[in-house]
Amino acid sequence: MSQSFKPSRRGFLRGAAASTALVAGAARSGTPDPLITEVQEWASGLGEGVDATPYGLPIEYESDVVRRNVEWLTADTISSINFTPIHALDGTITPQGCAFERHHSGAIDLRKEDYRLMINGLVETPLVFSYADLERFPRENHVYFCECAANTGMEWAGAQLNGAQFTHGMIHNMEYTGVPLRTILAEAGLGAAGDLADKWVYVEGADASSNGRSIPMEKALDDVLVAFKANGEALRKEHGYPVRLVVPGWEGNMWVKWLRRVEVMDGPVESREETSKYTDTLEDGTSRKWTWEMDAKSVVTSPSPQAPITHGSGPLVITGLAWSGHGAITRVDVSKDGGVTWETARLAKPGEKMALTRFYLDTTWDGEEMFLQSRAMDETGYVQPTKAQLREVRGLNSIYHNNCIQTWWVRPTGEAENVEVS
Amino acid sequence: MSKFLKLCVALGILSTPAFAEGYGLGRPALPEEIAAWDIDVRPDGTGLPAGSGDVLTGEEVFADQCAACHGDFAEGVDNWPKLAGGWDTLADDDPLKTVGSYWPHLSTAWDYVNRSMPFGAAQTLEADEVYAIVAYILYSNDLVDEDFVLSDENLASFTLPNAEGFIVDDRIETEHSQWVGEPCMSDCKEAVEVTMRAMVLDVTPEQEASATEAAPEEVVEVAAVDPELITSGEKVFKKCKACHQIGEGAKNRSGPILSGIVGRPAGTVEGFKYSGPLKTMAEEGLVWDEESLTAFLAKPKAFMKGTKMSFAGLRKEDDLAAIIAYLASFPQ
Repeated sequence: MSQSFKPSRRGFLRGAAASTALVAGAARSGTPDPLITEVQEWASGLGEGVDATPYGLPIEYESDVVRRNVEWLTADTISSINFTPIHALDGTITPQGCAFERHHSGAIDLRKEDYRLMINGLVETPLVFSYADLERFPRENHVYFCECAANTGMEWAGAQLNGAQFTHGMIHNMEYTGVPLRTILAEAGLGAAGDLADKWVYVEGADASSNGRSIPMEKALDDVLVAFKANGEALRKEHGYPVRLVVPGWEGNMWVKWLRRVEVMDGPVESREETSKYTDTLEDGTSRKWTWEMDAKSVVTSPSPQAPITHGSGPLVITGLAWSGHGAITRVDVSKDGGVTWETARLAKPGEKMALTRFYLDTTWDGEEMFLQSRAMDETGYVQPTKAQLREVRGLNSIYHNNCIQTWWVRPTGEAENVEVS
Repeated sequence: MSKFLKLCVALGILSTPAFAEGYGLGRPALPEEIAAWDIDVRPDGTGLPAGSGDVLTGEEVFADQCAACHGDFAEGVDNWPKLAGGWDTLADDDPLKTVGSYWPHLSTAWDYVNRSMPFGAAQTLEADEVYAIVAYILYSNDLVDEDFVLSDENLASFTLPNAEGFIVDDRIETEHSQWVGEPCMSDCKEAVEVTMRAMVLDVTPEQEASATEAAPEEVVEVAAVDPELITSGEKVFKKCKACHQIGEGAKNRSGPILSGIVGRPAGTVEGFKYSGPLKTMAEEGLVWDEESLTAFLAKPKAFMKGTKMSFAGLRKEDDLAAIIAYLASFPQ
């Protein structure tokens, strides 16, 4: 069976027609369902043995649940980004195999044996660690979201990409295993740095871009992790195997992959990635720098343009994701009428700090059009703004940190589209 | 006590005995190792090696090493970054952010070119070449005259036009202060009208599911070619990937598609704009066989004066044999 994904009307209708047929077949109560009354091949013959798949991938029927890229966004695919298929996932943990990738000079091959981590600068003893050394420090487990600062960045000037994967898919959420950066810094000795309050660390990767970023010491000593496992297994190559930095709640660009060096400094380097990129230009032409935290944000993942309603009116599960770089999500409201009235959604679990929170609105669809929106609140009391509120402060050219309320226009056919509303 | 100091004390960071002792893991970094990796350059010039480069030298190096993506005048090719122009556009509808119009510190340009450029051949430039390239970028931005020489002595004191164009993140004051509190739950607005639709713009990629529909990998029979040679050729090809694609689904980039290159007359990839020198040699009958490819890839600019291909060449004979075996493994 081959399923095709096309967010176009033609593709949608084809998919909808197929599922209507399925529904009709099952619902025609007068006719016995052959899937029940006839002995099926899988109920009689045998399946695969335990040696068929030493490391498993999703079954072929899920082959449309994959990362996708938007070719016109970048000059080539090596210094580029792709998107997590959040419209097709549930729960909160992102499987590594479909978690978005962002590379500045490609995903490199780096063996554990060839891995080195250097700590230098204002430390008592500059040190070099092997991968095996890192596994001997006490380690911790934490679930955190990693969101690219440019997530939703194509939507500043207007509704542009038709699918939650493309508008909000530069995000993933994993359980990391790693060593707190403060433990490793302490091993090299911070006594030489003097007053730590005005110190920084500069972190860089082993790839050709090196993607260097400066992080204030306060954050470095707080919750930054030097991680080597995600969701229980080794990091994937595309996420920085064997070691990446995890900077909870802060923009993904700072989560340096293939981490090779941490330098304690008395000021920021002002590298390319923290000056020419990842700075947010305001309407008057001045730009904000050091915009590290990801503000509270949410999106309805289903229904959405790539996940239309195919079952007609009646019970409907509206679901989505919410997150905040400032702490835990405390509440998510959902509107079906473009923001006139709101209902408070059910959180699948209480929000966790700097991690994705799943919300559900278990509702009944009357088959009429809807303008679906979600609005997140975090533990600081911050309320996710509308696009108009954001534009009023920042104009249209910020590129980064667009955490606006998203609108999906769901039609009576169940088809959904990315729109902006008054 | 500040929140931060409390944190440090609580964590025992400030030289409490437990931390002073540590775990005894790792080993001291040697001075040579630190010198090899600690190459960051800061706005005050810290980290710059001694050296210099002038605009005219920079123009030559830029043409060889950078122009394939960034254009002869740093104006950018296709979607690759534009390095020059865009003055006074930052408050426009579509600002053009270049080294001249946007970057606050010249040290950043030096640091980035030195550590990460050229794309696909990072850290192959000499310090003087980096000074020369950065001098040429300044010249392309009309910020210096053609007799300008950039060096470790004057780089830090060079002020770029947008140096004062940045403010530290003020979202807490300007945004968080107003976007708080109990939000509206009913009668929040009078009417809802659609003001913009993504379908109208129609820029969303249409993609088929890949896994089941991907064509089975072509089995390539290449007689008497060592598969290990092809594998090492694939590694060498990483140097080419920034500009060239090969195999299923390959497209022309800044360089032409390379599928079927071995044994084919030069200059025959459809839709690719070849340089004048290549077209001339093609008219004279150049065929990309093992011999001509070896000569070209060893010293591109010696083999074809004026080629657009900005690649220094493969020095090792093993690499040359491997890359040609790899290219030959894609007969079409």
